[in-house]
Amino acid sequence: MLRKVTLLAAALVLIGGPALASSKVKEPQDIAFSFEGPFGTFDQAQLQRGYKIYREVCSACHSMNLLAFRNLGDRGGPFYDPAYSPAHGKTSNDNPVVKALAAEAQVADIDPETGDAIKRPGTPADRFPAPFANDAAARASNGGALPPDLSLMAKAREGGPEYIASLLQGYLTPPAGLIVPAGQHYNASFPGGVSAGWDEKKQGHPPEGGLIAMAPPLADDKVSFDDGTKSTVRQQAQDVAAFLMWAAEPKLEERKQMGLSVMIFLILFSGLLYASYRRVWRHESH
Amino acid sequence: MSGHSTYEPKTGFTRWLDARLPILRLGHDSFVDYPTPRNLNYWWTFGGILSLCLAVQIVTGIVLAMHYTPSAAAAFTSVEHIMRDVNYGWLLRYMHANGASMFFIAVYIHMLRGVYYGSYKAPREVLWILGCVIYLLMMATAFMGYVLPWGQMSFHGAVVITSLFSAFPVVGEAITTLLWGAFAVDEPTLKRFFSLHYLLPFMIAGVVILHVWALHVVGQNNPTGVDPKSKADTLPFTPYATVKDAFGMSVFLILFATLVFYMPDALGHADNYVPANPLVTPAHIVPEWYFLPFYAILRALPDKLMGVLAMFGAIACIFALPWLDTSKVKSMRYRPQARAYFLIFLVVCIILGFCGAKLPSDQVIPGLVTVPVFGDDLNSFVWLSRLATAYYFAYFLVVMPLLGLTEKPLPVPETISSPVLGDADKKD
Amino acid sequence: MADTAADATNHPAGDDPSRRDFIHIAAITAAVGGVAAVAWPFIDQMNPAADTMALASVEYDLTKLEPGQQVVINWQGKPLFIRYRTEAQIAAAVKDDNVSLRDPQTDAERHKDGKAQWLVLVGSCTHLGCVPTVGGGDYGGWFCPCHGSHYDTSGRIRKGPAPKNLAVPEYAFLSDTKVKIG
Repeated sequence: MLRKVTLLAAALVLIGGPALASSKVKEPQDIAFSFEGPFGTFDQAQLQRGYKIYREVCSACHSMNLLAFRNLGDRGGPFYDPAYSPAHGKTSNDNPVVKALAAEAQVADIDPETGDAIKRPGTPADRFPAPFANDAAARASNGGALPPDLSLMAKAREGGPEYIASLLQGYLTPPAGLIVPAGQHYNASFPGGVSAGWDEKKQGHPPEGGLIAMAPPLADDKVSFDDGTKSTVRQQAQDVAAFLMWAAEPKLEERKQMGLSVMIFLILFSGLLYASYRRVWRHESH
Repeated sequence: MSGHSTYEPKTGFTRWLDARLPILRLGHDSFVDYPTPRNLNYWWTFGGILSLCLAVQIVTGIVLAMHYTPSAAAAFTSVEHIMRDVNYGWLLRYMHANGASMFFIAVYIHMLRGVYYGSYKAPREVLWILGCVIYLLMMATAFMGYVLPWGQMSFHGAVVITSLFSAFPVVGEAITTLLWGAFAVDEPTLKRFFSLHYLLPFMIAGVVILHVWALHVVGQNNPTGVDPKSKADTLPFTPYATVKDAFGMSVFLILFATLVFYMPDALGHADNYVPANPLVTPAHIVPEWYFLPFYAILRALPDKLMGVLAMFGAIACIFALPWLDTSKVKSMRYRPQARAYFLIFLVVCIILGFCGAKLPSDQVIPGLVTVPVFGDDLNSFVWLSRLATAYYFAYFLVVMPLLGLTEKPLPVPETISSPVLGDADKKD
Repeated sequence: MADTAADATNHPAGDDPSRRDFIHIAAITAAVGGVAAVAWPFIDQMNPAADTMALASVEYDLTKLEPGQQVVINWQGKPLFIRYRTEAQIAAAVKDDNVSLRDPQTDAERHKDGKAQWLVLVGSCTHLGCVPTVGGGDYGGWFCPCHGSHYDTSGRIRKGPAPKNLAVPEYAFLSDTKVKIG
């Protein structure tokens, strides 16, 4: 009986495992993000640093179409202020920091009087503006490669935020003998494979990693942090990865908190039901 | 169950209603006073659990449909709108997606319980067939539901499965075009999948009613496989079975809550968080975990049509089970040889599931290179799939028919509450 | 198949298994509480979503308007009138403050202090919801073409079937030239 159950359980765990990628990559870093685990929460300071990196570095090429400026002030977000929450009769739309950040951006709109396409300062209700009008324009500016939208990137790749942080730090020196084609860059954490620049028959087993079209986006001190944190590539990579995790799953904190209440209730409820069951059956053999 | 109804309406209203529509009488006879074998173990709580799963999926599905847009341009964004903007939308979506997985976990346990205890044998053949129909409808519903978010896996999974029908000679292409409503999986396909995904669960509910009706006509099976002979063998459904089912459901909900709140994407695929792109195929197209064994069987055979026939044949074997098994003894508790083959069958199903998630050419034991047989290296998942598929079909078509004729079962107790074999009854 | 099993169970006399023990009441109460707690998200999901709520308020720059001009903007899916009244129009409205009105209101009650020239009204006729046209009718305010309601320059109903004055939404001046509605 127990054997069967353990077999089933083990099987489900195995089946749940991902199919292995066909090319090897450098083992992703094991980063202890604050949001991991059943009681995880976002580190607001980290999210603020991450947003700055996105705004100053990534948003030049990568859109984030599913995020609106008001989301920055939502519970769990980088600029959440309890004074601007429903409990105080306000929303993140009223948050002055959010309004200021929105106003920094120029958003495409239509002049209601002339019908012309114009750009105006953003409001909290506006989505993050995309750097390119469409995919074709994005490709044209990036050598034919399309920089993907980052709204869900932390959930759209195996390994999630740890993969992203590893990738951003993965621009190591290409191994000897690897030819890196123009417009491509060697990255030890990218699972794309190096077959474009490595002849397996002549050179043997290919090195780990792959060739990615994105040039190394981060550099030491490229983004200055307002809270004084040392701006190393490693720090930037972790912070922007945490920000992307928040962007992909803004309800993470709420989900885990509700989970705790539900689990406690269900465990107690199961206990009550078991006691009730034993009481009902106390005179019956079965 | 041919007993006389003992329901007695107590109030004026209930008497008035009983004379016009005896629905309270039906409820009482079916779920309160209904004689239930006293020795049912926890594997029997999964029927109630499955009803709970169906209810959860229907309720969460209906509210999700209030916010979802079934259009190729807007589907993905509407799902994210649900996740981010709709009040508790993230909860509803995760409940629905993980609820589908829980539904299949429960149905597989429920079906395996049926195989182990011989619940499909006479006079329960129709009960079993109805159950298979429910399973088939569940698979169709789940397949179409997975397409709706219009992610990469949604789209390309739909392409693979709908393209299977083109394997049939002469009519294949026409059938596939009819399914698509276009020249490929596209907008019309999504729209009709949404309509049918909304419809099928209500058909499932209808067949479930028939399933419970068929059950109540012949009565439950029980771990001994011996029918109740007297009142000493049974207990009224309420409160005995009701409270046990409730406890079973509550434990099941703990597992469900663990998934929903702490690992909501564990059973999904990262690729489905990428919007569908017809021009780019993901590196690994993998169906949801509950389809993996059939996917492995499909890919095990080298010919496309043979693979499709094998996949449908694997499901057909389940339907045919009551007539394949020749054993006179129902429960494998008293059939040690059958039990051994069953456990191997269980492991084989799990292996098939594992194979379905892998690339056919990947090595089972990394680094070991062996001889190629019929073009594929022996140390590959496709050959493991072939081995496992062979056992799968052999189990239904060879083992089940022959074992009933050749094995020597253990002595079966006279009755459920037989004092003679009191200890043996306590075994699994 | 056995008859009903109610009398088949043996138990000490007077000890009915379905008697409402405390534990059963506790379990049932917990179940009801659980169902109620689960029901709330299913009801609340029908309330306006966060993106709808974000557009609940709109800001408008008044410098674009000339005296006597009206602009119609879309607010919460409804039309909103912002009218820059001339001195003559304000005077006409104030003159009729004490006339017998179907929905009695003074002009001062319908604009912000010191901002009599700005009238912010929901552009939906209080009869059956049509959008009244500006400047028409006998009172120089608005005229609803659907069933002939006449509103004056304060948006008050003067003639026709509408029961109430044009609604004044919640709004505030963020500055002399900027107004936030909602």
